[in-house]
Amino acid sequence: MTIKEKQDELIADFSLMENWMDKYEYIIQLGKELPLIDEQYKTDDNLIKGCQSRVWLHTELKDGKLFFTGDSDAVITKGLVSLMISALSGHTPKEIAETEIYFIDAIGLRNHLSPTRSNGLLSMLKQMKMYAVAYMAKQAN
Amino acid sequence: MNHISAIAPPLDVARIRKDFPLLQQATVYGLPLVYLDNAATTQKPQVVLDTLEQYYTGYNSNVHRGVHQLSQQATEAYELARKTVAAYLNAEHTQEIIFTKGTTDSINLVASSYGRKFLQPGDAVLISAMEHHSNIVPWQMICEERGAELKVIPINERGELRMDAFSQLLDERVKIVAVTCVSNTLGTINPVKDIIAQAHARNIPVLLDAAQGVQHMAIDVQELQPDFLAFSGHKIYGPTGIGVLYGKQEWLEKMPPYQGGGDMIKTVTFARTTYNELPYKFEAGTPHVAGAIGLEAALNYVKLVGIDKIQQWEEQLQDYALQALQQVEGLRLIGQAAHRAASISFLVGDIHPYDLGELLDKQGIAVRTGHHCTEPLMDLFGIPGTVRASLSMYNTFEDIDKLVAAVHKAAAMLR
Repeated sequence: MTIKEKQDELIADFSLMENWMDKYEYIIQLGKELPLIDEQYKTDDNLIKGCQSRVWLHTELKDGKLFFTGDSDAVITKGLVSLMISALSGHTPKEIAETEIYFIDAIGLRNHLSPTRSNGLLSMLKQMKMYAVAYMAKQAN
Repeated sequence: MNHISAIAPPLDVARIRKDFPLLQQATVYGLPLVYLDNAATTQKPQVVLDTLEQYYTGYNSNVHRGVHQLSQQATEAYELARKTVAAYLNAEHTQEIIFTKGTTDSINLVASSYGRKFLQPGDAVLISAMEHHSNIVPWQMICEERGAELKVIPINERGELRMDAFSQLLDERVKIVAVTCVSNTLGTINPVKDIIAQAHARNIPVLLDAAQGVQHMAIDVQELQPDFLAFSGHKIYGPTGIGVLYGKQEWLEKMPPYQGGGDMIKTVTFARTTYNELPYKFEAGTPHVAGAIGLEAALNYVKLVGIDKIQQWEEQLQDYALQALQQVEGLRLIGQAAHRAASISFLVGDIHPYDLGELLDKQGIAVRTGHHCTEPLMDLFGIPGTVRASLSMYNTFEDIDKLVAAVHKAAAMLR
């Protein structure tokens, strides 16, 4: 599945949920269920400092593809991190760098990506894209 | 700070709510808004909005230097606003009222101007552990510049100032004490009268941060005797961008101007500038005329309702809220001072305040989450932040019920 197809699938999933509380119920579930990151990677180096909730992101390149793991100290943010990772992880740096990320907006969670939200999610997306670009440059050499 | 009159008839909250158009109109996610973020900013009554509109449509003009009719009208209105503020605080002289951008601006003015004149290497500034960043950072900056030390009055586990420690810290090195009347995070009402008495016994001036004070209780500067007092218009039902610095004339006269520019000068040559008299010495540039007039309308509104009645009503709401919130399983109050006003901070179990705030928002409840610009205080309690509900005159028991129900629901989802 491409990143685009994954995003469309997530949008379809969320369209079935009637109200905000249902959406959040689902996001919280994701946040609670997934052990997202190996504890050894929850380092200050991997910390993306938001104003209110903290986000950790770890990146690995395997067989030409980027794999992300992450975590947050807030459950809702963790759920959103998990959504982001499920859409972007396991793809080539080129695809990650070049695909537009629109699903957060489409499922009505755009305010989580506003710069003033300060939950670290926007910084996380930027960081993912940056890693992808960096690996692309590395592969080109 | 006066105590409430026991015979005051209760507040007609239903009628008051009708004066606030936003409370009538606003919905969030299709739900009626429950606004409990009043410590951040308050909503505005229609009379304030009308006053702003009348100014801009009727007599908008620059003040103090025009010979034309409109300018004189605007000047009169601006200066009348100053008189109203002076009367609201019961200041002895109108020129003791300086219009600023807000509390932060007022404190920066004093820190910078008083600091440059009176702080020497080895001196100290005394603040408290519960101060807002606005009453920490300006002092930190001037202390660094002047080689002075910033000292901090500690608090106890309930979030009250340790007055025993205060008395010990108050030595001859201290050149100014700057404390808040009411903690924006914990709701603690500080014993400012006692603080001022002890400081004055040693000839040390006191600045009061009244950003969370003036809207909740009567403050009479001649009775209380602070040397400086700062507050913001927008937290007392007025416009944003306007604030007040009250300063005793004897201090303000000794202090150098804070900023240079128009209005604050008497004569200017390239060789030398002589400064204008009070209060203009401290109001460089075109002031926020509309803001000042809007603030006057807000203060008149508060006066009309009655600050004693407001205090009495808010105390009832607070007691009700404190009791109801403590029924929520795992909820703990951050700050349990015996004397408190308006702000209630809490956490539920291990739930991150951001998660709780997010789910309260989705249920139509506006609260604030985070460190509330009191990071050192959060570090002291060892928490990343709190959820803070803060009250004002237009809140109701129903608002509290909705808050508590929403906290129950959110906590159940997040546990």
